[in-house]
Amino acid sequence: MLLLIQYTLIFASVLTLVALGGCFSEHSGVINLGLEGIMVMGALGGALAMRYLPIGIPAFFYILLVIFFAIIVGIIYSALLGVAAINFKADQTIVGTALNMLGTAAATVIVKAINTAANPNDVSSIIQYIEPKKKFIVSFKSFEFNWFMLITVIILACAWFILYKTKFGLRLMACGEHPQAADSVGINVLKMRWFGVMISGGLGGLGGICYILAGVSEWRFEYGVAGFGFLALAVMIFGQWKPTRIALAALMFGFFRALSNTYFGFGFLTNLGLPSTFYNMLPYIISIIVLALTSKNSKAPKAEGIPYDKGQR
Amino acid sequence: MSKEKVNLFKRPGVQSFISSLICIILGLFIAFIVLLIINPSGAFSSIMNVIKNFFWFRNPASRLKYFGETLAKTVPLLMCALAVLFSYKVGLFNIGTPGQYCAGICASIYAALNWNWGWLPCLLFAMVAGAALASIVGVLKAYLNVNEVISGIMLNWICLYFTNAVLTPVKNPTGKDTLTIASVNKGGLIPSLGLDKLFNDKYVTIAIPLAIIIAVVIMIILEKTKFGYELRATGLNKNAAKYCGMMEKRNIIVTLVISGALAGMGAGFYYLTDFEQWAVTSSTVPGMGFNGIAATFLGGLNPIGTIFSSYFITHITAGGAFVDLTKYSSQITDLISALIIYLCGFVLFMKTFMNNVIRRREVKKTGKYENYKQDGRKN
Repeated sequence: MLLLIQYTLIFASVLTLVALGGCFSEHSGVINLGLEGIMVMGALGGALAMRYLPIGIPAFFYILLVIFFAIIVGIIYSALLGVAAINFKADQTIVGTALNMLGTAAATVIVKAINTAANPNDVSSIIQYIEPKKKFIVSFKSFEFNWFMLITVIILACAWFILYKTKFGLRLMACGEHPQAADSVGINVLKMRWFGVMISGGLGGLGGICYILAGVSEWRFEYGVAGFGFLALAVMIFGQWKPTRIALAALMFGFFRALSNTYFGFGFLTNLGLPSTFYNMLPYIISIIVLALTSKNSKAPKAEGIPYDKGQR
Repeated sequence: MSKEKVNLFKRPGVQSFISSLICIILGLFIAFIVLLIINPSGAFSSIMNVIKNFFWFRNPASRLKYFGETLAKTVPLLMCALAVLFSYKVGLFNIGTPGQYCAGICASIYAALNWNWGWLPCLLFAMVAGAALASIVGVLKAYLNVNEVISGIMLNWICLYFTNAVLTPVKNPTGKDTLTIASVNKGGLIPSLGLDKLFNDKYVTIAIPLAIIIAVVIMIILEKTKFGYELRATGLNKNAAKYCGMMEKRNIIVTLVISGALAGMGAGFYYLTDFEQWAVTSSTVPGMGFNGIAATFLGGLNPIGTIFSSYFITHITAGGAFVDLTKYSSQITDLISALIIYLCGFVLFMKTFMNNVIRRREVKKTGKYENYKQDGRKN
């Protein structure tokens, strides 16, 4: 039972972080379908930091540094989306898809190159972080508290405050609803969209490192992040682009995801005799059902996905 | 004389071709730089091996054999690219193609191995499976306004786990791959009608000419028929299509069903040749559907262009096996195709840029801006 709660909380943290990233980007008017790729790159940044940072650094600074690298790599990578979608008015769906494929391919090539350089016989795409992982976890008896859970709560509060209570957030949302109107009152739409994309890159990267630290202590980069970027987008839509609702939606999705890891611990679930495949499918099935129920009255930002053209009426 | 040259560059087909060429060259160049960073010695020969692929062999017979294999591998990619293209022309981004391809694999292999069906029923069953999966996306999109990209991705994962579960009973008891069709049911293999003799490769079958014919048919349907016109009109403006009396909801569903059928058929075309078996422990959806997106955009969203771009992408992917594997990984070719898709996002910009250059030259030559006609910027 504790294990289920633990996994639910950690997966919900990942989904909340990434979905908030998507939320910032979409409120500024850019659809970020590349979150999956951004997560992979952020995870790569964090994993490389864990590989090269000396283990002796105090836990607090160690965690900060790893997070810092994950966020920076995520932001840099999201700039690829920014340039294409904001400055060159490219199709955001194509660019997002390209970022997803590029993320996994690039991470695999980079990790394999590093592994092969260190040991010519090692052609795997695995990075191990057994010792560093312990720094992120505080154990209360059998419950493992992960610092990312706290970080997520803090970021959630900040996101809510920034979006609804600051000048910056309200301007950002204006750019996603009606960019022409925002421009007419002197808001630089392109700049705001760049902020939106970069925030989503940072949060996506953070979500990525959180995801690979969730269960195991090594990561094979060929696998990417198993559609978590897209689950996060489903969470965002279910949460109607509002931070608090996103957190609740993430808890629900996190629960079903956690169930596939822990269902064999529950007698009544194993007695049902359902194949393990069913539990693997469950989060994706639930997300389709939820999307079917909530997409009809979507509260999506009006101008999302449309490149901003000053001359347009 | 130079006026004719300018006119040539104004043509949208030529512009698409130039843009695609720029994407390819830039993609290869960036990959080359990545190789240089990883290990400077051998980077050039490795990237040349990727481009050469089967020309790497000295013996003409081996070249012909591997050319045949590359063609056989192009077939599923071409079908996936056509699936993406067909839905994109109707304004839908069918990123569920990998899942529909996976459904096609599941159906064709299971029917061939477990029910001992002949190749044609297997192929049709694969089509139906792909179409059925895609119809879910279509219904959700048409009636419940669910974003087709997200529902497509979710169904990809569901279908992957489903396929693994269904194909486990027909796997090779000692391994993780499914049994070969030749060992169980010879009638399940697509006939080759002598093409295998020509290339001296048993995987070369009639699937190759069939796929090319299908590409042409898709072209005719989209460009020359009322049905295709209605579909494209729905893609351009759903509400206008509805106002004109077209059934826009039906059109969305029909589009996705056709798209899914194409992807499913592609899977049948490939897996019913025994070229590859399905590993029931697969943890990612087949990359074929995603590469199909690359082929679609690289082909300038034209079914005939798609034939060549699919071949090109298969060619370099197969060429990935010839990089110096002691220094680099073969995933470098995935990197190239991802880069190409990314660069394809800039095609619109490239075309606008070309048109601006042409216009500036014309204005300079005639000295009159008014003479410039807007029709040069069509498309």
